[in-house]
Amino acid sequence: MSEAGIQLQCRLPLADFTLDADLNLPGRGVTALFGPSGSGKTSLLRCVAGLARPAGRVEINGECWQDNARRIFLPTHRRPLGYVFQEASLFAHLSVRANLEFGLKRIAAAERKVGWEAAVELLGIGHLLDRGTAALSGGERQRVAIARALLTSPRLLLMDEPLAALDSRRKQEILPYLERLHDELATPILYVSHSPDEVARLADHLVLLEQGKVVASGPTAELLARLDLPLALDEDAAVLVDTRVVGHDDDYQLTRLGFPGGVIKVTRKALEVGARARLKIQARDVSIALSGENQSSIVNRLPARIVGFGDAAHPAQCLVRLDAGGTPLLARITRLSKDQLGLREGLPVVAQIKSVALLA
Amino acid sequence: MELTPEDWSAVRLTLELSTLVTVLLLIIGTPIAWWLARTRSRLRGVIGAVVSLPIVLPPTVLGFYLLVLMGPQGAVGRFTEALGLGRLPFTFTGLVVASIIYSLPFVVQPIQNAFMAMGDRPLEVAATLRASPLATFFTVTLPLARPGFITAAILGFAHTVGEFGVVLMIGGNIPDKTRVISMQIYNHVEAMEYGQAHGLAAGLLAFSFIVLLGLYAVGGRNGLGGGR
Repeated sequence: MSEAGIQLQCRLPLADFTLDADLNLPGRGVTALFGPSGSGKTSLLRCVAGLARPAGRVEINGECWQDNARRIFLPTHRRPLGYVFQEASLFAHLSVRANLEFGLKRIAAAERKVGWEAAVELLGIGHLLDRGTAALSGGERQRVAIARALLTSPRLLLMDEPLAALDSRRKQEILPYLERLHDELATPILYVSHSPDEVARLADHLVLLEQGKVVASGPTAELLARLDLPLALDEDAAVLVDTRVVGHDDDYQLTRLGFPGGVIKVTRKALEVGARARLKIQARDVSIALSGENQSSIVNRLPARIVGFGDAAHPAQCLVRLDAGGTPLLARITRLSKDQLGLREGLPVVAQIKSVALLA
Repeated sequence: MELTPEDWSAVRLTLELSTLVTVLLLIIGTPIAWWLARTRSRLRGVIGAVVSLPIVLPPTVLGFYLLVLMGPQGAVGRFTEALGLGRLPFTFTGLVVASIIYSLPFVVQPIQNAFMAMGDRPLEVAATLRASPLATFFTVTLPLARPGFITAAILGFAHTVGEFGVVLMIGGNIPDKTRVISMQIYNHVEAMEYGQAHGLAAGLLAFSFIVLLGLYAVGGRNGLGGGR
């Protein structure tokens, strides 16, 4: 009966549509539930937590939390989960320290996997412990809420747009902490978001929801590069490329990042050789040339092959999906260029990458 | 205008009655307020209206029906006699029962408002932090609703201190048993002892003012009087 991974079968009638999800998700890493507002992301998360009562089954790494067929439904407080709500949800009548202890003291000592020091240090809240919650900024509140959830040593961490209520500066303040969660904890995380940026930075696995239905579910890099999904229509259509640092160029102050499709040079980063680096390459920053002769200032030119075309947000443009040594790339070009260059499926071309963003 | 021993007896009885009634009301009113704040039952409107009736009903009407109900022919009267408790009218116990009904809405409503203002979120958060519903009630709900409870206690106490019509109908005017301050003032006025009446009446006036002052001070932070 015990199977690794997160299995969700949830059917729940909502106001405008019925949430109907049947998902098999990896039992580790960050899985993002992504979709427009009101697509049922939060409802799905609430089903997993037992805050909503769907018909179906919820099984987390072999542990059954709900199974209608076997008449099992664990109430929320019996599920070993952590939940971070969208808005700061600290108890106003308790200090920061008492908020953190609220969950911790209900966990048997033998079950405590995340230590006090570790959680406090991980989220950088040591200096806030003796304050009241009213004196905290939005970002600080959310960090305390995350630490509070972690201290219950959850076997699944649910995060409902934990950054949505924050301005972009606070977001930048918290994102590094979330990345550390991802890197340092073995706990699987279900992360609800409608921000492509957050998804690109944090998620290993991606679930696309629309009107309560699962449109797609798969590894993030794979899904982002698919032309048939609404992600590609977004102004910010982009792909993720996982690379490793292969070396530094001292003369030109560049860092070389290698992946199966070639080498991408970026301005020098303080990364060790062999370190992992995830790049986000936006479709609008990729252009296509027919020959490999370098007659432009663009440094990163990768041989690639055209594997397909898709629509872009504007009718003047189209998306070209490229394959660079097995790694998908997206280029957004005008339909005029497509015809003038005679681009077609299977054609070998050169992808010229104007800029990349280093995510982590 | 010194207070007479009878006056002091009325003051003591009033304080005893109000304290006991307030404590009992907080115990009885909390589950009712919880239910009214959170139920989706269709009975909510009916129960809410019944609980609130004493706000609009003349106390004499309420007292009259309680008298009938608790009397030898009434359902409650027969029940208490069958239990060997005797009849409730014209006893201190009868007064306590009547006062609880009379002051119920003044206790239930502030607590209910506090529960409703709090919303579901703190309860959900507590559940995700492994707190059972009972633990949540004592460690989250009660502390968060504390201003509502303070308001409820003050209103329930003050309202019971001030009752007259119900006492007149159901308790009569028995020294040391049912003769509360408001009855004693009535007695003094009937006997044309205006000076004595003043002593007690001025005391009640000052008491009421202080209570409301305190309430509005709390209300500034919490709701009643301050407006939410």
